[in-house]
Amino acid sequence: MADVQQIINDATKVYGKERKALMPILQAVVKEKNYLDDQDMISIAKALDLSAAEVFGTASFYTFLDTVPRGKFVIRVCKTISCHMAGKDAIIQAIEQLLKIKIGETTVDKQFTLLTANCLGWCHKGPVMLINDEVFPELTSQKAVEIITKYRGE
Amino acid sequence: MSKYKMNILVCGGTGCKSSASDLLAAALRTELAERGLSGEVQVVVTGCFGFCEQGPVVNVLPDNTFYIKVKPEDAVTIVSEHIIKGRKVQNLLYTDPATQTKVDGSGAIDFNKKQLRIALRNCGFIDPEKIEEAIARDGYAALARVLTESSPEEVIGIIKKSGLRGRGGGGFSTGLKWEITSTVEADQKYVVCNADEGDPGAFMDRSILEGDPHTVIEAMAINGYCTGADKGLVYIRAEYPLAIERLKTAINQAREYGLLGKDILGSGFNFDIELRYGAGAFVCGEETALIHSMEGNRGEPTFKPPFPSEEGYLGKPTNVNNVETYANIPPIILKGADWFSSIGTEKSKGTKVFALAGKVNNVGLVEVPMGTTLREVIFEIGGGIKDGKKFKSVQTGGPSGGCLTEKHLDIPIDYDNLIASGSMMGSGGMIVMDEDDCMVSVAKYYLDFTVEESCGKCSPCRIGNKRLHEILDEITKGNGKPDDLDRLRNLSEVIKDTSLCGLGQSSPNPVLSTLEHFHDEYMAHVVDFKCPAGQCRDLMIYTIDAANCVGCTACARVCPVGAIAGERKEVHSIDQTICIKCGACLEKCKFNAVLVS
Ligand SMILES: Cc1cc2nc3c(=O)[nH]c(=O)nc-3n(C[C@H](O)[C@H](O)[C@H](O)COP(=O)(O)O)c2cc1C
Ligand code: SF4
Ligand code: SF4
Ligand code: FES
Repeated sequence: MADVQQIINDATKVYGKERKALMPILQAVVKEKNYLDDQDMISIAKALDLSAAEVFGTASFYTFLDTVPRGKFVIRVCKTISCHMAGKDAIIQAIEQLLKIKIGETTVDKQFTLLTANCLGWCHKGPVMLINDEVFPELTSQKAVEIITKYRGE
Repeated sequence: MSKYKMNILVCGGTGCKSSASDLLAAALRTELAERGLSGEVQVVVTGCFGFCEQGPVVNVLPDNTFYIKVKPEDAVTIVSEHIIKGRKVQNLLYTDPATQTKVDGSGAIDFNKKQLRIALRNCGFIDPEKIEEAIARDGYAALARVLTESSPEEVIGIIKKSGLRGRGGGGFSTGLKWEITSTVEADQKYVVCNADEGDPGAFMDRSILEGDPHTVIEAMAINGYCTGADKGLVYIRAEYPLAIERLKTAINQAREYGLLGKDILGSGFNFDIELRYGAGAFVCGEETALIHSMEGNRGEPTFKPPFPSEEGYLGKPTNVNNVETYANIPPIILKGADWFSSIGTEKSKGTKVFALAGKVNNVGLVEVPMGTTLREVIFEIGGGIKDGKKFKSVQTGGPSGGCLTEKHLDIPIDYDNLIASGSMMGSGGMIVMDEDDCMVSVAKYYLDFTVEESCGKCSPCRIGNKRLHEILDEITKGNGKPDDLDRLRNLSEVIKDTSLCGLGQSSPNPVLSTLEHFHDEYMAHVVDFKCPAGQCRDLMIYTIDAANCVGCTACARVCPVGAIAGERKEVHSIDQTICIKCGACLEKCKFNAVLVS
């Protein structure tokens, strides 16, 4: 597991300890461990001399700053209109069947979390999904299953 | 690029990358090396050409031959035929759908004919990871000219006179904004590039950053020079990894070349740029919310005034512009305000990049002069509707815009005409709908987006949009009543009038415009409980056609709720009180005996 205190220390060296450093620091932690737990937010609050509530209040606003445990790979399928028209429902269904989880859930082995997202800027190539920060446009159910199976091997 | 006799440009935008353009470029290089041509012919991986539907796209220069849907295996043929023998590879050329003839020059393709590329001028023509190529196409020439020849006031004068208006949606005069920021006294000012593109249907900012990041850097520096800011910040969506990578590379290269940093080109002007990342909140594209987010707060909009130009990031004057707005700046400075203002309509100058998506043949980016009609964009450049279906509507401006119909097709598109037609420019997303799309569902889908992305700060937007969504949802489920339409209308007006920021003020537009243009379709849902487009599942009625049913029992076996009765070899029937309208029987029947209406 990532050493969160170390990440915070490194990040404050780059971004400083002012309030404006908060987002980059939160993002640095999420990048390493995919979510923030209470202890992480308390540590960040200490480092920046803020109240824990302020840190939580900021983090909880942003979809990508998860405050509940997530798997190693977070899958976000775009559910906005163009991707809907292009058939995102079938993609979600295929992934749900493959991983045996529903939207919002994480696999028992903590490998995958399945989420939906709003427009990812790939509307001409929908349906599209993001796995951590990699984009996969022009999905078919089969393609989605193949991609995720590949991740599973890692 | 000049030391090579020929250049093979391969699209490396994320869209084409995912269709193996990397492999293609590598295959071309290998083939050239084997033929001993590496010194004469160069393979350049560029940003997006915009013609994504046909990708990966390859353009051979200088003869400007345009190949589409090129696979790595085609590398051998392109080199042996085109490069060595000078014969164009016919089967990779684009076929004009109208005349069924092969078209070779990129300019002759309908998709490109009506286009005028200013903001996208370099996308697809340079390797965005090489600053030399940007410079070879006049990159940083405008910055150099400004720093050595003009005062900030003169430059602001040019931008004002050009008539450029913000491309991020608001359409505010860019020159005027720069002037306001420049005249406010402060010890520190900031220049911000808004790259938080999140409007459903829009992807031009991503493509500019992926294909020509230097133009944005250059324009931000010019902005800094004009407004008196020495710090630039780009707020970019975390969901755009390739754009982020290319921007980072470009910033580093610009620093190495002394085009960012201290004393740029010996002028005494200092300017540098930092990146900030969004975290999945659409409302952060609103400029005050964006600033709060950069300050480490919740990304909630605040009331304007004060405008960011007066009091922005950390309380200092901050000039916020959109990516595409910036991409227009260098050409305006190099070619002059008169050149720019000669393009477009009376009140909307220059070009606009539109992102075509939905049921249109050629999806991708399109840049046309303001004043081009929707018909030209959708039918000529876009190649018409997919699968020969009938055009129904186009949504411009994402969730803040409205749907436009057949009767709007010949209106010249500009900021004011779109607003007058009940929609708006927004960031330039265009989602095309055909006869199979249910407009009530479309409105519901946009509302779904707004409900989720509303920051929740003010109640009309937080609660009102939820109610709108609920009413629409009930209508699509067959629980609507005719007076729901009045409730939708009234509630929409209240939300528009009383919301704090642009999100709430425009979120009912998809509802209002569909209500206006597709009133009959709403009525069909609430009076006859029918969905004319056949999209609302709960309004479907499944029946069995006695003439076609052979009594194979396939449908009865697949029905999950046992709604189908019938003996073997006898006509089956569906009990409507039990049927949950799952559609399984329709899929299963091999004799077209299941009907849906
Ligand atoms: C809800 C909402 C979302 C917005 N999203 C964006 C965006 O993603 N990109 C953008 O440039 N402007 C966006 N804007 C407009 C900005 O507030 C601002 O007007 C713009 O960045 C100014 O730049 P411009 O004058 O160059 O257009 C948004 C506005 C609202 C109300
Ligand atoms: S209108 Fe909506 S998004 Fe804008 S401030 Fe109010 S609640 Fe937030
Ligand atoms: S639509 Fe579904 S529930 Fe209705 S009869 Fe057919 S299989 Fe059964
Ligand atoms: S709607 Fe899915 S990427 Fe835009």
